[in-house]
Amino acid sequence: MKSVIEYFKGIYNGIKSLLVGMSVTGGYFIKPGTTLTQQYPDNRDTLVMFERFKGEVVMPHNEKNEHKCTGCGICEINCPNGTIEVISATEVTEEGKKKRIIDKHIYHLGMCTFCGLCVKTCPSQALAFSQEFEHAVFDRTKLTKVLNQPGSKLMKGVE
Amino acid sequence: MEFSIYDFSSFTAWIDQSLRASMSPGLAVAIEMLIIGVVILIFYAIVGLFLVYAERKVCALMQNRLGPNRVGPGGIFQTIADLVKLLFVELVPIKNADKILFSLAPYIVIIASFMAMGALPFAKGLHAIDLNIGVFYLMAVSSMGVVGVLLAGWASNNKYSLIGAMRSGAQIVSYELSVGMSLVTIVVLAGTMQLSEIVQAQQYGWFIFRGHIPALIAFVIFIVASTAETNRGPFDLAEAESELTAGFHTEYSGIRFAFFFLAEYINMFIVAAIATTVFFGGWMPFNVYGWEGFNKVMNLIPPFIWFLGKTGALIFLIMWFKWTFPRLRIDQLLTLEWKYFLPINIINVLIMALIVLLGWHW
Amino acid sequence: MEVKEKKVGLENEEYIINMGPQHPSTHGVLRLVVALKGEIVQRVEPHIGYIHRGIEKMCENLTYQQIIHLTDRMDYLSAHINNEAVCLAVENALEIEVPERVKYIRTIMSELTRIQSHQLFWATFGMDLGGLTCFFYGLRDREKILDIFEESCGGRMIVSYNTPGGLMNDIHPNFQNRVKEFLKYFRGVIHEYDDLLTGNVIFQERSKGMGVMTLEQAIAWGLTGPTGRASGFSCDIRKHNPYSAYDKVTFREILYTEGDVFHRYLARMEEMRESMNIIDQLIDNIPEGPYTAKMKPVIKLPEGEYFQSVETARGELGVYIVSDGNKNPFRVKFRSPNFVNLAPLNLMASGSKIADLVAIGGSLDLIIPDIDR
Repeated sequence: MKSVIEYFKGIYNGIKSLLVGMSVTGGYFIKPGTTLTQQYPDNRDTLVMFERFKGEVVMPHNEKNEHKCTGCGICEINCPNGTIEVISATEVTEEGKKKRIIDKHIYHLGMCTFCGLCVKTCPSQALAFSQEFEHAVFDRTKLTKVLNQPGSKLMKGVE
Repeated sequence: MEFSIYDFSSFTAWIDQSLRASMSPGLAVAIEMLIIGVVILIFYAIVGLFLVYAERKVCALMQNRLGPNRVGPGGIFQTIADLVKLLFVELVPIKNADKILFSLAPYIVIIASFMAMGALPFAKGLHAIDLNIGVFYLMAVSSMGVVGVLLAGWASNNKYSLIGAMRSGAQIVSYELSVGMSLVTIVVLAGTMQLSEIVQAQQYGWFIFRGHIPALIAFVIFIVASTAETNRGPFDLAEAESELTAGFHTEYSGIRFAFFFLAEYINMFIVAAIATTVFFGGWMPFNVYGWEGFNKVMNLIPPFIWFLGKTGALIFLIMWFKWTFPRLRIDQLLTLEWKYFLPINIINVLIMALIVLLGWHW
Repeated sequence: MEVKEKKVGLENEEYIINMGPQHPSTHGVLRLVVALKGEIVQRVEPHIGYIHRGIEKMCENLTYQQIIHLTDRMDYLSAHINNEAVCLAVENALEIEVPERVKYIRTIMSELTRIQSHQLFWATFGMDLGGLTCFFYGLRDREKILDIFEESCGGRMIVSYNTPGGLMNDIHPNFQNRVKEFLKYFRGVIHEYDDLLTGNVIFQERSKGMGVMTLEQAIAWGLTGPTGRASGFSCDIRKHNPYSAYDKVTFREILYTEGDVFHRYLARMEEMRESMNIIDQLIDNIPEGPYTAKMKPVIKLPEGEYFQSVETARGELGVYIVSDGNKNPFRVKFRSPNFVNLAPLNLMASGSKIADLVAIGGSLDLIIPDIDR
């Protein structure tokens, strides 16, 4: 007798648990406001990334086309993957002193793991992360970028 | 000839007579079969495509998603785009596969579902053939699809496919019993196997109401067992994506895969249509004996709308199952059938017979 | 040469299938060679190494700050906890006391990491068992934690937030509000997890009594994390060897004795609740202060061997560093929980069905890159 009760109790509890599960999915079905889909390419204009989002490494320039990079190469040393190459040149200042400046600050986006060490260790805060995340290109060589803009100069007061 | 959307019997009779008047009877029958074939084929395609779309939308909404929304307004042409894509996909030849059986399998699955479609009464007088053993015929035909599944699994020369096919075989052999027994419960109540008469008998009260608790139990068992028979989740062991990658149709590509895919949805439609016909009065409007005004309003809605509406509701129920429950294991699946459904079903038939004998139903 | 033909009776022949490296339920590039007899699994042979990247060897050429970003890529669902392990090892070696603020933030972040890892476990476990809707609900809730990470750390999964001595940057001013918001939200929806899976009769039938590991077996095979605790092995590093701010909070170590799939699952569900309690105790009390200790730009560990273990979402992660006094470690060894947890798969799964193998594999919550490293 006991086993018969157990048998029907099992059926009852089983059906009940199934209905509880169905109430969850059914509940969402009749509440269309709960959809979370972001229609990505359509919402590009309104899509705001978090300010700290590590999209890619950039070198901010001001309106006079000046940057803060002194060409010290600390970012290059700190990068674990060899993503950054600093090609420096020497420039003779007005006082006649020789000074090291950057010729090219090369950034291989394809090798970058976004650890953030270059940005963190830069002594003059010359590097930053941008929120750009659409990096797909058809040609791998396009992922190698020169961060300093052509004709740019070192900002005054940055040593 | 008068045409009414409430009664198609005069319309079909008129077609029959005018064809027979203008040609020999043999040719007339041939042309009638052709017309029916084409009509069902078109209906088949439309229902299949619509159900694929509906399923994707239903599951999307249950999962807090939007579902297809790119092709056409609300994505309604998405399935057509998918079908066109599948038509152009290469049919990948399988090494060491049994070529004939491999290409035959999808057609068997399709034909089985096609044949079942012919016997369904969509509205008054709107059915291809009204067999006097309609229920029996539907059961027989709808279980033929498993042959296709078994062939597909065997012929693919793929280990996953074979396991899936064997699972499917075991599953359908057992669940066919439940489907049959639950239909027998209603046949006992109706006293006939002819689908048109079963529908006619439900004018003032669908069988699910008239048959009291036994009919309700029979319905629950039928809907669960037929979900299992159509290889849909939570009984999709033959496909079992997380275990067998795609089960019996792992090796199929292109239009052959599309056939399996469409057949799954059509089978779902057929199962729901049988349940509608047998338990929910088929195309009969919802009438209550004595409520004249209410019945008139209900009768205004055309029968095929009633039929499709009820079928749609049941299809939604089956989809709801799939998108809620985890999959059963093969031994649990068989336990469920042999330890729960079969004994309950047998007792259920007996109770129903008792009720009919004592005249307790109304 | 004479070829000897070995005649095998058909009834003794095994049906070998390869699950993986590409297979929906191996969660990565794990290859399981499964010998079947009908549906019954005779034996399972895991083949690993498909995503071996030589992280331990690579570490020998990197400085201690640079190692951090590689540990993200081992157990990517416990990225933050992995980072913390290396940082703690380096800090202990240098005998640096990190600011209290750092300890609190690290603990909160670790617990958030644990919650999101278990959410993904729930999602994928549901999917392994065929409940596809679970996947979306799990990811839906996980997204909220990833947003918290993104706002403060800049990365969603691969956070690289820790650095020896502290953190990469301070928490975002919005951090506390967001975390509280999340806790409120998640406490409201976690019952859905139980409604959909835990209580479901199909799920219980499929998971109870499957893949049992007894306490003796669990200890002998070195199972840790929820997998070990489901067998009754009290192995929570947070409790027995507290690091960061775990000594300041009270929490329950989830212990079961059954050791089957269901209780491994249950242990994770309960851990999510415990993690929320831990965050509750800390989130309002984050002390003010610097977010990093004063560190030299080049870290050189004194000569010697250093070991630190932490509790990741999957078990005990041990970091063993041998230093010869240079800025690079001489040898680094990670004791990854997944590698150890995978080992007894054959023991657990042989004799069960294919579907059980998937369930058992899912309940171990394996992260393949952590196995191969």
